[in-house]
Amino acid sequence: MKIHIRNGHVVDPANRIDARQDLFIAAGRIVAVGQAPEGFTANRTVDAAGLIVAPGLVDLSARLREPGFEYKATLESELGAAVAGGVTSLACPPDTDPPLDEPGLVEMLKHRARNLNLAHVYPHGALTVKLKGQTLTEMGELAEAGCVAFSQANTVVQDTQVLMRALQYAATFGYSVWLQPQDSYLAKEGVAHDGEVASRLGLAGIPVLAETVAIATVVQLVRATGVHVHFARISSAAGLRMIEEARAEGLKVTCDVSINHLHLCDVDIGYFNAHCRMEPPLRAQSDREALRRGLAEGRIDAVCSDHTPVDDDAKQLPFAEAETGATGLELLLPLTLKWAQEMKLPLSTALARITSDAARILGIPAGTLSPGANADICIFDPRADSRISRESLRSQGKNTPFLGLELAGLTRYTLAAGHVVFER
Amino acid sequence: MAKNPQLNANGELKHLLSIEGLPRDIISAILDTAEPFTEVAEREVKKLPLLRGKSVFNLFFENSTRTRTTFEIAAKRLSADVINLNVSTSSTNKGETLLDTVDNLVAMQADMFVVRHASSGAPYLIAQHLESTNRPNVHVVNAGDGRHAHPTQGLLDMYTIRHFKRDFTQLTVAIIGDILHSRVARSQIHALTTLGVPEVRAIGPKTLLPTDVERLGVRVFHDMREGLKGVDVVMMLRLQNERMTGSLLPSPQEYFKFFGLTEEKLALAKPDAIVLHPGPMNRGVEIDSAVADGVQAVILPQVTFGIAVRMAVMSMLARG
Repeated sequence: MKIHIRNGHVVDPANRIDARQDLFIAAGRIVAVGQAPEGFTANRTVDAAGLIVAPGLVDLSARLREPGFEYKATLESELGAAVAGGVTSLACPPDTDPPLDEPGLVEMLKHRARNLNLAHVYPHGALTVKLKGQTLTEMGELAEAGCVAFSQANTVVQDTQVLMRALQYAATFGYSVWLQPQDSYLAKEGVAHDGEVASRLGLAGIPVLAETVAIATVVQLVRATGVHVHFARISSAAGLRMIEEARAEGLKVTCDVSINHLHLCDVDIGYFNAHCRMEPPLRAQSDREALRRGLAEGRIDAVCSDHTPVDDDAKQLPFAEAETGATGLELLLPLTLKWAQEMKLPLSTALARITSDAARILGIPAGTLSPGANADICIFDPRADSRISRESLRSQGKNTPFLGLELAGLTRYTLAAGHVVFER
Repeated sequence: MAKNPQLNANGELKHLLSIEGLPRDIISAILDTAEPFTEVAEREVKKLPLLRGKSVFNLFFENSTRTRTTFEIAAKRLSADVINLNVSTSSTNKGETLLDTVDNLVAMQADMFVVRHASSGAPYLIAQHLESTNRPNVHVVNAGDGRHAHPTQGLLDMYTIRHFKRDFTQLTVAIIGDILHSRVARSQIHALTTLGVPEVRAIGPKTLLPTDVERLGVRVFHDMREGLKGVDVVMMLRLQNERMTGSLLPSPQEYFKFFGLTEEKLALAKPDAIVLHPGPMNRGVEIDSAVADGVQAVILPQVTFGIAVRMAVMSMLARG
């Protein structure tokens, strides 16, 4: 299959391209940008006039819910949502049921994803067996089965000795460890940011301290073990500052933020809107501003959807009882564009955070339109507004605080490995 | 921010969910409406026909005898049919969700739900569900949700204060105890500040005060003697048994020593200060018996007024 994408405006942050160019694809790879290679005859021509041609998006965290939670979502529904949102590569956390702590489960997941032929799936292996924080998993075997990093999803290893050994063991083989920093005791029973809003609403608070205390511990362990730790979903200005200090010292730490935390804060909980129940919690407005600036300046490495499809029954509950998380695969692009527009950033900076920067953290060959690269491409209309509604979302999860919002950035075509896997 | 779910398009009371966000004139109207209802209790026949033919469901997901009873009496004095449901012991144990329970009761032609729930915000969820399923004539009264609000308690406290003190704008009021976990305290603070009380004090140890509580419009004291100086109204809070020992407080004895209301500490307040308590009291933990039974206590009038205030709320909702 040879495809010619013509008349589009190519934005490829990895190669600093931001110009009207044509793109030529053959045998699943990009063969040329600009001039057609000698003797190239396209089987299909995609007219991208007025559209942006970008690398397929890379999402650092998307829950696909398989195995175990098929009533919330399936691989088919969520990978369909991914490509509808221009996402061609995604990492999935290991908090399935059973968790991804055995090579067989990972192979099965990768196999099923491959057969669907939509987005590429990069599983995170569980750092500890059953994510219980007690026994190390067979990280070597899991890596051979296809795990690109190890994580506890949004659970924690309470026992710091186990945590240190897990980091040492991962460092032995050069694996990355992803940790969502939250001290489980300080966060105990908490459901919202500990501040004025939670005090008014009578919701048990999770103080910023829960994040900073956890980061402080992990930074010490990184210094001792030399492992690369990626802090997933940071939520506070104080937490970001500590990660910057660690980085300035030369430690191997990176971090990301979710699209929800870029746009929302605790005030958005309003009258107990359970769609705003997140992990970590939505924090104060000043935290949100710090995260927005941090991402703009590259002090936060990437932004992710933190896609978490939840069934209606688990959301239509009093705030504290509702399940955490929001659907996001189809919102990653529009919400990143909205952030960039509000911050007056060039499109290439915005796209870098969800393509090349994210790919670098995951260590995967993606997020670029270089000749020879996998032909994973997102072609979108930066102007077309679309209204986020239950009907417009392909994800099985209809849970998002952004329902009803008009957002620009509609994906028109998605190509994965050289095939058009989505178009509208 | 979503619109205030307890008011209709004309700004009238549709549900009573929280005192926060209620305009001062609605609070005053509730207190004024309650005034004549106190006399109904003195009559030979203690009934008014205002809710005749209406079905009021007391939907209690958390145990309560006193609040449920006073709501039941209030509804019956207004001639409503009252159905008591202790849901903690029935359907939700069989896996039925909160909203399924509500839908079933709506199908039985409920006109009003009086809801108590252990989770903050549960009555909002019900009110929003009634809205989205197009049931504009079914009303919700919050009878206490988690730590969030207990608006009828706050209102009956305001009624009691107005009865004894008349003018809110000249008062200093102290709220003492476990404010962190107290829905009563939150409702009191919002009611007092809305009615123009110039100084509301919050007194308690740091473990029992909510983060940023000052932003709710209160002055914080950790020394009870300091905080009681010159106050007109002393509002005590109940300390739950499970919080008396552990990581919040070392012991009930130590709590009583520093934050229990004794005659000696009460003497620091104005000589004509009144003492309120939402009940049930822990004598010897948050309040000394000599104070609870003393001349300054208005704890039993609170209970009486509570029925009139709940009648006022229910009649206003049914009318609206």
